[in-house]
Amino acid sequence: MMATYLEFIQQNEERDGVRFSWNLWPSSRLEATRMVVPLACLLTPLKDRPDLPPVQYEPVFCSRPTCKAVLNPLCQVDYQAKLWACNFCFQRNQFPPSYAGISEVNQPAELMPQFSTIEYVVQRGPRSPLIFLYVVDTCLEEDDLQALKESLQMSLSLLPLEALVGLITFGRMVQVHELSCEGISKSYVFRGTKDLTAKQIQDMLGLSKPAMPMQQTRPAQPQEHPFVSSRFLQPIHKIDMTLTDLLGELQRDPWPVTQGKRPLRSTGVALSIAVGLLEGTFPNTGARIMLFTGGPPTQGPGLVVGDELKVPIRSWHDIEKDNARFMKKATKHYEMLANRAATNGHCIDIYACALDQTGLLEMKCCTNLTGGHMVMGDSFNTSLFKQTFQRIFSKDFNGDFRMAFGATLEVKTSRELKVSGAIGPCVSLNMKGPCVSENELGVGGTSQWKICGLDPTSTLGIYFEVVNQHNAPVPQGSRGAIQFVTQYQHSSTLKRIRVTTIARNWADVQSQLQLIEAAFDQEAAAVLMARLGVFRAESEEGPDVLRWLDRQLIRLCQKFGQYNKEDPTSFRLSDAFSLYPQFMFHLRRSPFLQVFNNSPDESSYYRHHFARQDLTQSLIMIQPILYSYSFHGPPEPVLLDSSSILADRILLMDTFFQIVIYLGETIAQWQKAGYQDMPEYENFKHLLQAPLDDAQEILQARFPMPRYVHTEHGGSQARFLLSKVNPSQTHNNLYAWGQETGAPILTDDVSLQVFMDHLKKLAVSSAC
Amino acid sequence: MPTWQKEWPRLERGGGTSWGDTTAPTTQIGTGSGAWEPKTLGTKANLDLEPGMSRAPPSSGAPPTSTAQASCGQAGYGQFGQGDIQNGPSSSTVPTPRLPGSQPFGSPLAPAVSQPAVLQPYGPPPTSAQVTAQLAGMQISGAMAPAPPPSGLGYGPPTSLASASGSFPNSGPYGSYPQGQAPPISQTQGHPGVQPPQRSAPPLASSFKPPASGGPRMPSMTGPLPPGQGFGGVPISHPNHVSSPLPQALPPGTQMTGPQGPLPPMHSPQQPGYQLQQNGSFGPGRGPQPNYGSPYPGAPTFGSQPGPPQPLPPKRLDPDAIPSPQLNELPPQQKTRHRIDPDAIPSPIQVIEDDRNNRASEPFVTGIRGQVPPLVTTNFLVKDQGNASPRYIRCTSYNIPCTSDMAKQAQVPLAAVIKPLARLPQEEASPYVVDHGESGPLRCNRCKAYMCPFMQFIEGGRRFQCCFCSCINDVPPQYFQHLDHTGRRVDAYDRPELSLGSYEFLATVDYCKNNKLPSPPAFIFMIDVSYNAIRTGLVRLLCEELKSLLDYLPREGAEESAIHVGFVTYNKVLHFYNVKSSLAQPQMMVVSDVADMFVPLLDGFLVNVSESRAVITSLLDQIPEIFADTRETETVFAPVIQAGMEALKAAECAGKLFLFHTSLPIAEAPGKLKNRDDRKLINTDKEKTLFQPQTGVYQTLAKECVAQGCCVDLFLFPNQYVDVATLSLVPQLTGGSVYKYACFQVENDQERFLSDLRRDVQKVVGFDAVMRVRTSTGIRAIDFFGGFYMSNTTDVELAGLDGDKTVTVEFKHDDRLNEESGALLQCALLYTSCAGQRRLRIHNLALNCCTQLADLYRNCETDTLINYMAKFAYRGVLNSPIKTVRDTLITQCAQILACYRKNCASPSSAGQLILPECMKLLPVYLNCVLKSDVLQPGAEVTTDDRAYVRQLVTSMDVAETNVFFYPRLLPLVRLRIGTKSPIESTTELPAVRASEERLSSGDIYLLENGLNLFLWVGASVQQGVVQSLFSVASFSQITSGLSVLPVLDNPLSKKVRGLIDSLRAQRARYMKLIVVKQEDKLEMLFKNFLVEDKSLSGGESYVDFLCHMHKEIRQLLS
Repeated sequence: MMATYLEFIQQNEERDGVRFSWNLWPSSRLEATRMVVPLACLLTPLKDRPDLPPVQYEPVFCSRPTCKAVLNPLCQVDYQAKLWACNFCFQRNQFPPSYAGISEVNQPAELMPQFSTIEYVVQRGPRSPLIFLYVVDTCLEEDDLQALKESLQMSLSLLPLEALVGLITFGRMVQVHELSCEGISKSYVFRGTKDLTAKQIQDMLGLSKPAMPMQQTRPAQPQEHPFVSSRFLQPIHKIDMTLTDLLGELQRDPWPVTQGKRPLRSTGVALSIAVGLLEGTFPNTGARIMLFTGGPPTQGPGLVVGDELKVPIRSWHDIEKDNARFMKKATKHYEMLANRAATNGHCIDIYACALDQTGLLEMKCCTNLTGGHMVMGDSFNTSLFKQTFQRIFSKDFNGDFRMAFGATLEVKTSRELKVSGAIGPCVSLNMKGPCVSENELGVGGTSQWKICGLDPTSTLGIYFEVVNQHNAPVPQGSRGAIQFVTQYQHSSTLKRIRVTTIARNWADVQSQLQLIEAAFDQEAAAVLMARLGVFRAESEEGPDVLRWLDRQLIRLCQKFGQYNKEDPTSFRLSDAFSLYPQFMFHLRRSPFLQVFNNSPDESSYYRHHFARQDLTQSLIMIQPILYSYSFHGPPEPVLLDSSSILADRILLMDTFFQIVIYLGETIAQWQKAGYQDMPEYENFKHLLQAPLDDAQEILQARFPMPRYVHTEHGGSQARFLLSKVNPSQTHNNLYAWGQETGAPILTDDVSLQVFMDHLKKLAVSSAC
Repeated sequence: MPTWQKEWPRLERGGGTSWGDTTAPTTQIGTGSGAWEPKTLGTKANLDLEPGMSRAPPSSGAPPTSTAQASCGQAGYGQFGQGDIQNGPSSSTVPTPRLPGSQPFGSPLAPAVSQPAVLQPYGPPPTSAQVTAQLAGMQISGAMAPAPPPSGLGYGPPTSLASASGSFPNSGPYGSYPQGQAPPISQTQGHPGVQPPQRSAPPLASSFKPPASGGPRMPSMTGPLPPGQGFGGVPISHPNHVSSPLPQALPPGTQMTGPQGPLPPMHSPQQPGYQLQQNGSFGPGRGPQPNYGSPYPGAPTFGSQPGPPQPLPPKRLDPDAIPSPQLNELPPQQKTRHRIDPDAIPSPIQVIEDDRNNRASEPFVTGIRGQVPPLVTTNFLVKDQGNASPRYIRCTSYNIPCTSDMAKQAQVPLAAVIKPLARLPQEEASPYVVDHGESGPLRCNRCKAYMCPFMQFIEGGRRFQCCFCSCINDVPPQYFQHLDHTGRRVDAYDRPELSLGSYEFLATVDYCKNNKLPSPPAFIFMIDVSYNAIRTGLVRLLCEELKSLLDYLPREGAEESAIHVGFVTYNKVLHFYNVKSSLAQPQMMVVSDVADMFVPLLDGFLVNVSESRAVITSLLDQIPEIFADTRETETVFAPVIQAGMEALKAAECAGKLFLFHTSLPIAEAPGKLKNRDDRKLINTDKEKTLFQPQTGVYQTLAKECVAQGCCVDLFLFPNQYVDVATLSLVPQLTGGSVYKYACFQVENDQERFLSDLRRDVQKVVGFDAVMRVRTSTGIRAIDFFGGFYMSNTTDVELAGLDGDKTVTVEFKHDDRLNEESGALLQCALLYTSCAGQRRLRIHNLALNCCTQLADLYRNCETDTLINYMAKFAYRGVLNSPIKTVRDTLITQCAQILACYRKNCASPSSAGQLILPECMKLLPVYLNCVLKSDVLQPGAEVTTDDRAYVRQLVTSMDVAETNVFFYPRLLPLVRLRIGTKSPIESTTELPAVRASEERLSSGDIYLLENGLNLFLWVGASVQQGVVQSLFSVASFSQITSGLSVLPVLDNPLSKKVRGLIDSLRAQRARYMKLIVVKQEDKLEMLFKNFLVEDKSLSGGESYVDFLCHMHKEIRQLLS
């Protein structure tokens, strides 16, 4: 059974990009509630499907206006009558004329079971160009700016020739560069301190007048965009040289910065103008605003910190003390921008490279709500930034960019289910409908979400509610179904629709608890619960969230553990649940919930990525992976535990954000002694090289590029490793254990062992 | 002239000793005459008039006629008016009748003859004749005045008289003059006529006074009309006191009928007299008695001179007609009326010429307190010996009443027209720069006056007493110096601040904004690139010009100008340019946020020209291309200035904005304007709104500009109404200039614009200036006129100040002044030079104080007075209905003259108009002010023109207002005859009076007023002349409205063109030439500038106005 389910889960994930917390669905609301972990799934809407060529026609929709579900393999088809019945609303629909030749033996792809996920290419309608609007901070150090300029110039060469690009630079002022002119470079300049409405911005950029015909005709004549539309966004093939030169001539912000001051940086206005510009020229067309900033906004709307250096930027401490003067206002500003951008289908990336914080906390919504990227680094002149940035423009097996724009995700459910919400890089489209639950989890109250920017790994957590009443059991053997319809603008500029329709069996909890248990996907459940926790953490106090998580865990153990009351030692969990507590243990320690030792910006950064990565990556984030390299055998994963830190091992830890290679004490000594350079110790050389190669492999694939740390026993950067491992040995218990191995961690944190002991105690207690 | 002189003499004699005095005034020589002197002094020029009045009655009498005419023209006098005008000349012939009168006066000299002569001429026109005679008398007197002094000395009464008319300066020569040339002329002219009238008039006048009052009274006077007969009455206006106006007096004249009879015959003789006048300007005045006969012969030609076909006939008619009761053609009134002989009334031309002759040769040495400088029209050198040159400061009076009561009585405004940075001729050294090191300039501790030659060192040099507030100050050790036996410091002559009237101090950091030495200033060129500007080719032209012009920024002696430059273009948004030298291409930065203007860049906006030359050139090449296809017609304005000001602020320097603007700023932005031009408002109480700014935005903006030292020069190129009143506010308040080129077209206006631009860019400017005028205790500067801003009551703040700008300052008493110590003025100007040096320029001027009104009147300067009054009036129109303003002016003028008449003139008949010698031109000039476009707009004058002129006059100096209000009219064909090269002769070139009568259809004239330049071609000008100048065969082939004379290689062409060039060189603005043909449509335009004539817009003729004025005076006196 187990193996079956694992296979089933894996198969489903590969085919549909979906992982459900429960693969058998409890058939009544009451039972579902008692399952603790909600019925939910992780959906990767654009999961890479090299094996799935898109069909070149449009989907057939259910004719019921409130349904509009797409024809799928679960529908009952009357080939004689050329009718099909919607499996969601049971509406009977005529096939369109083009389906006249349909028969049992001549089925369209969307009716075949293996096409539970299918992608349609919409041929008609506008071909929207890709739009990239660079928003560049010029308050940078010279070498930083130089590096950034090079990266930007490089990026131009990666863009398709038809792509429209625009450039906004900012410092004390904000400059919108006009790219069409020759000879003299022209830019529109805005005061960095003044908040402008979209209309004002468009007026000032001279977009208003020509805009009226343009906006109306846009849908009809998209082809004209590059020509008719604004002088600020031009196809790259026309202005490649101009823009390259322009970037080359870009100077640091010329306004003097006196000692003891931060440069005046008008990030808020710059973003506002970028949003306004696109809003005025390309509403409802996919576009990417890429903000490159080297420090916190210091003036105007969106100001995060004043320009006095003696006043440091807010810390968690300040925030907890309600001492962050500008935070609320700034956050509001950026939220407003993010919502406007999202409404128009534009996504915002933030590339923040600075040693200090840059205000990601306030600006995070810009990326989080629009599906943009958030990249944080120390400097633009690092490979971390350069390679990450380059990776934005990577292409898939078809030579298409791994990015999609302006997607809407619509969820349809069978009657027994309703959708409670979603957590991921999306905003609600506020589409009320029959399948929208009143109980919200994450972003709820809607059956449609907008995801302005997404890539093949973008993953949403979608939460459902079983609404079937206990006294109205579903028919035996019937299945519940969910359809995900993702309409998006493909990087090839065509609109596409990907439809995934899945179905799961209903199960009666009373009689089939075993089966349901077995169908539990603890990995998915851990990530889904973690997303809920992180989502709550954005708005609630940290301890409350932890308490909530603990309670959920205990309840789950109570529900599914096997134990004798009041006897912790008797506690057992089945295999399907065995890893779950451990995930929770590490989640509690993770930077997503713990802000200690993290700046607000870092927390925002971590949470940002956590809320959009797929299951595998998310798990790595929750519980980093630790590999051990030694002469004792081939590389092997080892426990993320202090006991794994041994002198004769090389450890490779992947936390998603960091790749840490740690040389054990002995290895480090050997390396210092130079054994690796002696021919007779070539094996040592190989040993040293092995983790490097593996790390490289990870580095190559991951976005954003992780911080690469190479350290050794006693090295200062070993802290990256030490802070992650389970502190099974600490200065408190080291001698008690008296083990021959391991490295004591100087911490008062509880170890997994202690955590589990407590958990068992609480689970078996009848008190709660 | 001669006639006048003669008369005067007589008059003087009549006055006996008094005359001698009058003459004496100038030199003091008069003292010689004894008791008289005092009086004479008081009157000076006036003296002449006075005499004229009292004695001259005859001469004046003649003028009266003319005035009468004028007044008639307007009111019931109509008859007179017409007749007068024409008759004027003829009237001169009348003299005969006056002879009798003259005799009494002139008995000594041949006066009898001359006077009669004058009278006769006038006589004919009867009433008018009198007036004219009077007027003439006035003129004469004016002339006289100068003469008197000399005469007083050497010549004795008789001679003096003669001299007066002739050459006043040189008493000796004068004497000769009168006898020689002058006499004849003067005689011929009005004098004779005048006298008769006087006599008769006086009595009449007294009785008639009412009539005198003007039109209104006339009615009653109807009787008078016939007065034509009563010319005698007219005479009232004695030559002495230019008071010719008395037209009404004429009515009295009616009584004079007697004279009339004779007059007619006289006319013929008079005519010749006129000619003479024209030539000499004062013709009439000169021809005293003897000549008379001869002059008359000349008269015929004179008649012809009026040349202008039309005018001629009437004129002739009058004279003739008068004798023969009436001309059929003329309306009855006209016929009957006689006008005052224009030649008999004071002639500006004559006065100017006399002053030139008398005072140009010797340098004006400023060592003596209270000296009246030569007229602005005279070319003289100045030697600074302790007082500021009149080029820097001119006063309305150099003798200030000791008490405010006196001052109030006289009503003579006490004002100084100060031009702190005036350009000096090459022969005169610019002020020395004194560096007192770190301690800075030495000042009085109490009143903060700067060290100057009038400071009194005491206690062996250890202390000094402030000459302004009497405070005793310690002399700092480093400044100590011993005193010589006279109490002067031994080093007085080594120190400019102790020996000169004008000098500069280097300012220390204490005198700088924020206690930081200033940076060099910057020039920002801000160019309208809206559709209009592009279409007319303006932008291309300007950019092309700037490329070379930037090499000529003011350098102040340095090898390279320290001034930085920046460029902005704009329509409804602004484009800033980064022209940093390191750039390959300029960068344009657009600022659309006009509601909240700011400067988008710092580095690279204001650059050194030579460093960034390549980028600037590239920019100037590209600007016309970038906007070549623009469709944008809307512009903004206030944000442009704001931007420039902010740029200077960001760069922490002062500077100047050069704005090139084309249209009413209607784009949505602060300072947006609407078209509010409404001619219907003219002559209503709301007319003033046309001169007021539409919105308060500009006032605020100007204030900010001044605080930053941002001066704004505005070049306007409007096709229609642009609301100059509002747009020019900031330039005005920041000490900038406004240039206006209506309907600009490159072909036609290029030269003018470029010339103005070049001059404007190259001229030396002081920035971020503060001017303070300190005075001796007793008077105080209370009011200021000019282009500046004041945030308190004492400091004149000037964002920029150049050598063309003046500030007129009015003083009032707040205590008694002391006759002994006089009154001191110290004008201190703190400014930043073009090179970025902070300096203080100090001008000191010592004036006399008097307890006798006569002294005041004898030391007045009418040109300065007019400058003040014009500015006063032009400011008044902002707040009061124009009628009120005009009335105020007239009333004040009447009060001034009445006060003189009452207190200084020797007793005479009330019908006589008596003018002080120094002020005998006051009526004519005042009339010009009253007739100016601002105060009495013609139908073709736009609201913008008026605002423009109003604004211009506000900063004009005395020379500019002088020629602006009374244009220079130069006959050219005569030029050909002259031997001097035109350039040499320009200043001396004999001008003729600005009246159509003076135009001969056989001649060509140049007319200029500092803004306009006309070449008037008479219809019967010789073909050869036409060929030489225009290269066309005949008059009819000359293109009317031509603005350039062909370059031809013949002496006449060269001379004329040379003359035009030299005229232009004299003026701050390039005058565009307009060729006007006689009888052509354009002539209407031209005629507006013939200010002695009645204007189409209703402005009175000189003669009429004089009568009017006389009436006013009489009213005051009665």
